[in-house]
Amino acid sequence: MRAVPEPAAAYAVECHAITKSFGDKESRVVALRGIDLAVRQGEMIMLVGPSGCGKTTLISIIAGILRPDSGQCRVLGTEIARLSPAAAVDFRARHVGFIFQSYNLLPALTVAENVAIPLIINGIERATARGRAQALLAEVGLGDRADAMPQQLSGGQQQRVAIARALIHEPQLIVCDEPTSALDHVTGEQIMGLMRKAVHERGATMVIVTHDNRIFPYADRIAHMDDGHITDIAADSGV
Amino acid sequence: MIIDARHAVAVARVFFYKTAMNFIALQMLFGDRGKYIAMIVGITFAALIMTQQPAIFLGLISRTYSYVGELSLPDIWVMDPTVDFVEESKPLRDTELQRVRGVPGVAWAVPLFKGLLTVLLPDGQRKIIDISGVDDATLIGAPKIMLQGSLADLRKDDGIIIDANAASERYSITDSATGKKRPLRVGDVLEINDQRSVVVGIAKLDRTFTTQPLAFTTYARAMRYAPGQRRMLTYILVKAKPGADVEQVAADIRAHTGLTAYSKDAFKIVNRQYWMKNTGIPINFGISVFLGFLVGAAVAGQTFHSFVRESLKQFAALKAMGVRNTTLVRMVMLQAAVVGLIGYGIGVGLSALFGTAVAGSVLAFYMPWQLLIFSGGGVLLIVMLAALLSIRAVIRLDPATVFRS
Repeated sequence: MRAVPEPAAAYAVECHAITKSFGDKESRVVALRGIDLAVRQGEMIMLVGPSGCGKTTLISIIAGILRPDSGQCRVLGTEIARLSPAAAVDFRARHVGFIFQSYNLLPALTVAENVAIPLIINGIERATARGRAQALLAEVGLGDRADAMPQQLSGGQQQRVAIARALIHEPQLIVCDEPTSALDHVTGEQIMGLMRKAVHERGATMVIVTHDNRIFPYADRIAHMDDGHITDIAADSGV
Repeated sequence: MIIDARHAVAVARVFFYKTAMNFIALQMLFGDRGKYIAMIVGITFAALIMTQQPAIFLGLISRTYSYVGELSLPDIWVMDPTVDFVEESKPLRDTELQRVRGVPGVAWAVPLFKGLLTVLLPDGQRKIIDISGVDDATLIGAPKIMLQGSLADLRKDDGIIIDANAASERYSITDSATGKKRPLRVGDVLEINDQRSVVVGIAKLDRTFTTQPLAFTTYARAMRYAPGQRRMLTYILVKAKPGADVEQVAADIRAHTGLTAYSKDAFKIVNRQYWMKNTGIPINFGISVFLGFLVGAAVAGQTFHSFVRESLKQFAALKAMGVRNTTLVRMVMLQAAVVGLIGYGIGVGLSALFGTAVAGSVLAFYMPWQLLIFSGGGVLLIVMLAALLSIRAVIRLDPATVFRS
């Protein structure tokens, strides 16, 4: 296991004056209008706000998928915008875990093979990666479903697989897009409990985009966004 | 040493990474069973058409010179300058034989009669027969493989040798004793142009393009069968002296006699070219092959493209998780290559089965290794087109799409 980062003292994410727009002059859409955001290591922060407010654009930039038009975004000490495209890909492979709204599991691979993908991307031998995936699946309560195909699992189980996949290479940053929107209340709570546990046990930083106010109590802080701005950052009790 | 160890670890990681990603690519391919089968069917169809149709074409074309190939001993064929193909009978004066024998570099020269005559079969059927009259003394020009009887039997009274295919197919007769159809066989008596002839042998011969049944007899007897004409000598078959340049001897014959002389290989080409130019066969088969390519490309290309498009979400997830474009391109190429290889293998296998099934029948089929390269090239082109179309989409794929549900 990677050493837990120093708490509070260091920031996992430091964004300053981030702007991002899409399209040409006439069809130009401004997604982010000068975002300032700092996320402590080991913190679970949620980005909330109406559709089109820039939440997804912001986590895409934080995850190193998109480049900002201007501003600085330092992630785990690396200025993400200065990385070459190939270096950004490698950065994501090593340091970032992803949990998607629609799980995005590969339907042709078994559950364990899906979980093993980030290790495979990092050059770990397939059998070893699969063994570690099986162990992690046991941790998320799916030890007996390692050889099942994703489509044989319920939505909640698939999201557990996605969580295991996001954790397996012990990333320092995990970005989640609407992780509970497709789940019922009980399952959503279980998933959030699991994610919260992962943050605490592994010291990973988690940035979650969500509309689901049922999971707000799990956040350390909640950043409210609107029209490309962060309008408010507060602890969960403040929302 | 430390650097070496690190290098070894790095190499091992790359190896593990590549093999595992290849595994994922193949699982993705085999996992979408419907599209996988559709792609294989498309490529198989294309490979089948692009192999089987040209094989039939080559088989047919090889029949245009099969008669020339049957006569193994002569190096050079001498004929009237206006002859376009081997079945075209334009007789020479008998004296031309002596003139050819006098050309330097000629070891020996023998006459060959070739012409279409009418034959009356034992059961009363009248048919056309392609009679070859070979040199009485040497029997040069007679068939190589005898199934019944022997070449020497040609010297028996009224003896002729019949092609086995003709004997069992077009010349099959109704047996007077049993009333049933049976092949012509040794001992059967025929009439050629009202002259008695007796079947003394059955020979195995390659089928000819014109499909006329072949029969062989001596030159003198052929003169008796054929309607009397001032000129009867159809070809002069020549052997060059040992060590002589065959093409040069042929040129010398042309120069000395004013006749046309081809080496055996050149005469084969003349025959092939004649039928290629004067029939629509190459165009017809060319169209078939092109249509096979088009349909195969359309089915396999479209299905593969659709397969990749439907996998874009998965590729986007992999891209987001840190898989580089080069790896994704390699995965798509591998998927295309596997589909191409399997489809090609099945297509060529089916073609070979077809060839085996029709071997010896009236259907022509010739599948040389060059044809496998040709159809393999066609399949490769289809696969590359399909892959290139799809790779573009994968390279341009925005990994941020994974955040859009």
